[in-house]
Amino acid sequence: MSYVWAFVVGGAICVVGQLFIDYTKLSPARILTGYVVAGVILSAVGLYKPLADFAGAGASVPLLGFGHLLAQGVQNAVDECGLPGAFTGGLTAASGGIAASLIFGVLAALVGKSKDQN
Amino acid sequence: MTRRGDTLLFDAPPTVAAWAAAGGKKESEGPLASAFDFVTQDAAFGEQGCENWEQAESLLQRKAVELCLRKADIPRSKVDIAFAGDLQAQCTASNYTMRELGIPFAGIYGACSTMAETLGLAAVFAAGGMAERVLALTSSHFCAAERQFRTPLEYGAKRTPTAQWTATAAGACLVRAHGSAGVPVLSVTFGRVQDFAVHDINNMGAAMMPAAASTLLRYFSATGTSPQDFDAIFTGDLGEVGTALLHEQMAKEGLPLDNHKDCGCLLYDTNSQNVQAGGSGAGCSAAVLCGKILPMLAAGQLRRVLFLATGALMSQTTFLQGESIPGIAHCVELGGAV
Amino acid sequence: MKLDPRQYDEMVSRASPPSPVVRDCAWAFLVGGAICTLGEALRQFFLIWYDKTLAGTLTSIALIFLSAIFTLPGWYQKLAAKAGAGTLVPITGFANSVVSPAIEFKAEGWVTGVGARIFGIAGPVIAFGTLASFVWGVLYWLLGKVG
Repeated sequence: MSYVWAFVVGGAICVVGQLFIDYTKLSPARILTGYVVAGVILSAVGLYKPLADFAGAGASVPLLGFGHLLAQGVQNAVDECGLPGAFTGGLTAASGGIAASLIFGVLAALVGKSKDQN
Repeated sequence: MTRRGDTLLFDAPPTVAAWAAAGGKKESEGPLASAFDFVTQDAAFGEQGCENWEQAESLLQRKAVELCLRKADIPRSKVDIAFAGDLQAQCTASNYTMRELGIPFAGIYGACSTMAETLGLAAVFAAGGMAERVLALTSSHFCAAERQFRTPLEYGAKRTPTAQWTATAAGACLVRAHGSAGVPVLSVTFGRVQDFAVHDINNMGAAMMPAAASTLLRYFSATGTSPQDFDAIFTGDLGEVGTALLHEQMAKEGLPLDNHKDCGCLLYDTNSQNVQAGGSGAGCSAAVLCGKILPMLAAGQLRRVLFLATGALMSQTTFLQGESIPGIAHCVELGGAV
Repeated sequence: MKLDPRQYDEMVSRASPPSPVVRDCAWAFLVGGAICTLGEALRQFFLIWYDKTLAGTLTSIALIFLSAIFTLPGWYQKLAAKAGAGTLVPITGFANSVVSPAIEFKAEGWVTGVGARIFGIAGPVIAFGTLASFVWGVLYWLLGKVG
């Protein structure tokens, strides 16, 4: 069942993003930024963890899950070391994804070349 | 030369003596495929040694110039002055083309209106006796424009239905003083900037329509003509949305356009080529002018037309600062071949 | 000219074709759902050896790797032209927004092109995400002091 819910919840989160694209003038960059900040807020008020437990990757793969990861990380770090954790927790938790993007990005630039879209 | 309103009428019309159009792969798959003098399937020109899209656009321009001068059968040293421009920042595609050609050069920026602007200036120079042979040149390159104005080419994004596709194309015209064989330039009307508070960067046709309507109205009132006096009226790059708006506006003004065609809708098949509302870019109207309009005038299939290229005059910076998009349209009146 | 800006705004809305919302959403649902399902399969696979947190991180890294592979030949862009938010919203979209400028701006040099432009689209996401998490961290700390 976990696969079905991952598909349905993940797909539904993407549909919400599509509605923003089609009905507003928001650019993709703004939607991505909004999703991460919204993920932090949803996680902070305690709504995202139940969804993540229920839908697995369906909740963690969309960028809302990236926000959830930041919020969870900051919470754990504050639990461990107090106020300084507010600085370190978020990026520590998200470091794997950010580092992977940068590393694969530079490697891709090493082997890749800009191509025409037709 | 007489001036009526904003329109400059030539008593001894200069002529477009030769022209050439160059294009890329998507353009070679469109309805005007056979109209191009040169097409490439590799718009990067990798085999020709180009290392980036900006160089590739320059090379495309150079192909158009070479073919145009070959048709006119004159060496480039005989060209008195060139008016050229493109969409790259600081018009570098034209600058580097001119570095190779060594012709006296005045750089022009008119966004997608550049073809009419350069052709108009060339005609004025030739008619005024300031030059015997004048080159008017422009281009756009999808990839160079995309990476400069929008997003990297590998970036995944969905285009909105009102967006237009920047053509990979270049057009060159050689204008000669009165008395040479070719297509006569009868009049030129330089437009005034119009801004009707359109902010949507994905709806350029809508942003530019008021400029097109305004220049047309000024031209008709100055010359006492109406749309029926022409075999065809061509606008540059309004696309489907801008075209619909122009028809609506001109009907409201009491001068309905039923012989109008838009270059953005002629260059591509908007139903099957995935270009949303049609083509755009300075090269789009340039290619349609050099590949279709001038040859039809030369062959006697058309006898009197208006060529009206429109440009959107914002920049990436003013757009991000929340400014609306100003538009401009320049009109060149062309006659049957002499 | 018989036209004023307010009236023109209405004219433009009427003349502009709307996005095909139903078709767009179907594409977004199917492609977005498929990417998340792939993520779930990867997560279940990593859970065989690792705990939940590490399995989640490895899932992200694997998806980012796949996104980079698909971005290179231009396939991700082609899919995104149809899938819209279905490819934008998953972490693969974030990876695409990092990998694509890295490839594109190689022509302007490794440091001034690749390095400087790599955050062009993803930078705001990280900046505002980090800021939001910091604000939440301070609030959470204060809540702990009070409670």
